[in-house]
Amino acid sequence: MEILVCVKRVPDTAENEIEVNGSGSDIERDDLVYSVNEWDNYAVEEAIQIRDNVGGSVTVVTVGDDESEEVLRREMAMGADNGILLTDDAFEGSDGKGIATLLKAAVEKGKYDLILTGAQADDGAGQVGGMLAAMLDVPYASLVNKIEVAGDKLKVGREIEGGNQEMNEISMPCVLSIQTGINEPRYVGIRGIRKVASVEIPELGAGDLGVDAGVVGEGAAKVKRVDYFVPELGEGAEMLEGSTEEIIAKLIEHLKAKGGLK
Amino acid sequence: MADIYAYITHRNGVADDSALELIEAAKKIDAGAAVTAIVTGSGSELDQVADAVAATYPKVLKYASDALAYPNAEVVCKLLVNVLPADAILLVAHDTFGMDLSPGLSIKLDSAFVSDVADIEGVDGSTLKVIRQEYSGMVSTHVTCDISAGAVINVRPGCFAPDESKSAGGTVEDKSGDAGDLSTGRTFLEVVEAEVGDVDITKSDVLVSVGRGIEDEENIEIAQELADAMGAVVSCSRPIVDAKWLEKSRQVGTSGQTVKPKVYMACGISGSFQHMGGIKGSPFIVAINKNVKAPIFQVADVGIEADILEFLPELTEAIGEL
Ligand SMILES: Cc1cc2nc3c(=O)[nH]c(=O)nc-3n(C[C@H](O)[C@H](O)[C@H](O)COP(=O)(O)OP(=O)(O)OC[C@H]3O[C@@H](n4cnc5c(N)ncnc54)[C@H](O)[C@@H]3O)c2cc1C
Repeated sequence: MEILVCVKRVPDTAENEIEVNGSGSDIERDDLVYSVNEWDNYAVEEAIQIRDNVGGSVTVVTVGDDESEEVLRREMAMGADNGILLTDDAFEGSDGKGIATLLKAAVEKGKYDLILTGAQADDGAGQVGGMLAAMLDVPYASLVNKIEVAGDKLKVGREIEGGNQEMNEISMPCVLSIQTGINEPRYVGIRGIRKVASVEIPELGAGDLGVDAGVVGEGAAKVKRVDYFVPELGEGAEMLEGSTEEIIAKLIEHLKAKGGLK
Repeated sequence: MADIYAYITHRNGVADDSALELIEAAKKIDAGAAVTAIVTGSGSELDQVADAVAATYPKVLKYASDALAYPNAEVVCKLLVNVLPADAILLVAHDTFGMDLSPGLSIKLDSAFVSDVADIEGVDGSTLKVIRQEYSGMVSTHVTCDISAGAVINVRPGCFAPDESKSAGGTVEDKSGDAGDLSTGRTFLEVVEAEVGDVDITKSDVLVSVGRGIEDEENIEIAQELADAMGAVVSCSRPIVDAKWLEKSRQVGTSGQTVKPKVYMACGISGSFQHMGGIKGSPFIVAINKNVKAPIFQVADVGIEADILEFLPELTEAIGEL
């Protein structure tokens, strides 16, 4: 099976405090640690397992700048066979639809049976997979946490509310967005990274993809981020201050009052 | 302005809570809008839901078909493409169904899509201004959306306070005949119910809940010891289940269990909306987190800035000495 997995380089929220910069135009990007979007790792792992079971290949693709190449290499160190970097100044400021437009062009340069994306990324929009499927006019299922290959069809489980699972049969080619927990993404060691360090990764721009620069990028975006700010959700918690003993004493009083201690 | 529609989901003949929230969101787009509800399904359950929704919406469009019996998003997408006007503004809840339906639908309708909207500031000409969150709620953004060719807007559950007082006395129109071709490449098979675990976290008055901040599987024991001392039960956020450190039945959240404890101790949990969506009945929330900017502190009653790996054992010891 020929599988394409769409991945993204994102700031690692487990390793960073995300803060808004002085003007509110962006988050503070100095010293940010980046990594592969959490959901994409599960998607790549799933693709590798399917390939190992039924044969074929796994290609990882991303839209980004030169630095995004590192996430392609990381996923190739994990076991993906090929990487493709979609990069061009004209792509900057694309909204979800713009990104899906570029990915569609990349998909059409190959012949894939299955296209996977992560369920969502740093902006939490969860939109690229569904848009891509609609543009390609192939079936889609989101939040997939189980895939069984059954001939030219797949049996997929979607996660729904309450921990329940919705089973569907879906014909290929199709696009699936992958939910965390579907598998355990394998560990990638330094050795694996070194092995793929010199592999050639093709870079494709607007011309190579045959995409009119006017339909992607900031100019074409219908949805635009105006600014970043720090949310004010509620009144906020009463922060307990003092030495650890003092904090614990206050906390125990609260717990007693609220029925938190038996 | 273009007509505003709300797609209403339902289960067992009861409309989802989002039915009341979507109309409030619609009013923030256009205070005077006569919002049309769309309900799909089959049988008497559908009729029941349509009638109930008419208490809130002035107009309800009902589409009955065997193909729509289970809300397969691919089928609903085809239906909506067949029946919605080109410049429609459609509101959908940002839940597992809305996430499945909406992005592709916006492409097929050739309209704009804004996902997971937490608040709506209003419309200026053909520009809708909304508020979203990014990076798991650590920062918010103002986002503009060009709605001149219509839009699909996914609304985060729980963000628009329902107005339950009104009775719209709306009309239900059976539009099933307009549904058109609903064939798709995806067939619904069945729903597999969640497995029941060894403990029922929904029955506990006190939960010691751990998140990614617990860092290691062995450290779960620290939480278990505290829970034992308190007479509580250990629950967790999703990454703990994904890592297989605790079983799925211990997960609190929209894709896990809905809990209603008296006291909820969130230890090393950032407070994403999917996690908080599983906590009902406003318990007393204690948040312990080493990052004071974690969104959990905005919803907690009491907050403690601490490393849980150090703080929890000390708390356990102090409780043991009581
Ligand atoms: C469709 C969908 C459904 C979902 N359903 C659920 C669900 O049902 N339940 C759920 O929980 N999530 C769910 N999620 C995932 C959710 O979006 C978050 O990713 C998840 O809740 C984050 O878990 P967390 O708070 O433990 O981890 P993080 O967001 O990584 O937060 C960890 C926190 O621990 C703090 N911390 C780290 N180390 C320490 C330490 N030593 N001491 C103290 N604090 C520390 C950090 O400051 C941080 O605030 C869902 C996501 C999607 C897309």
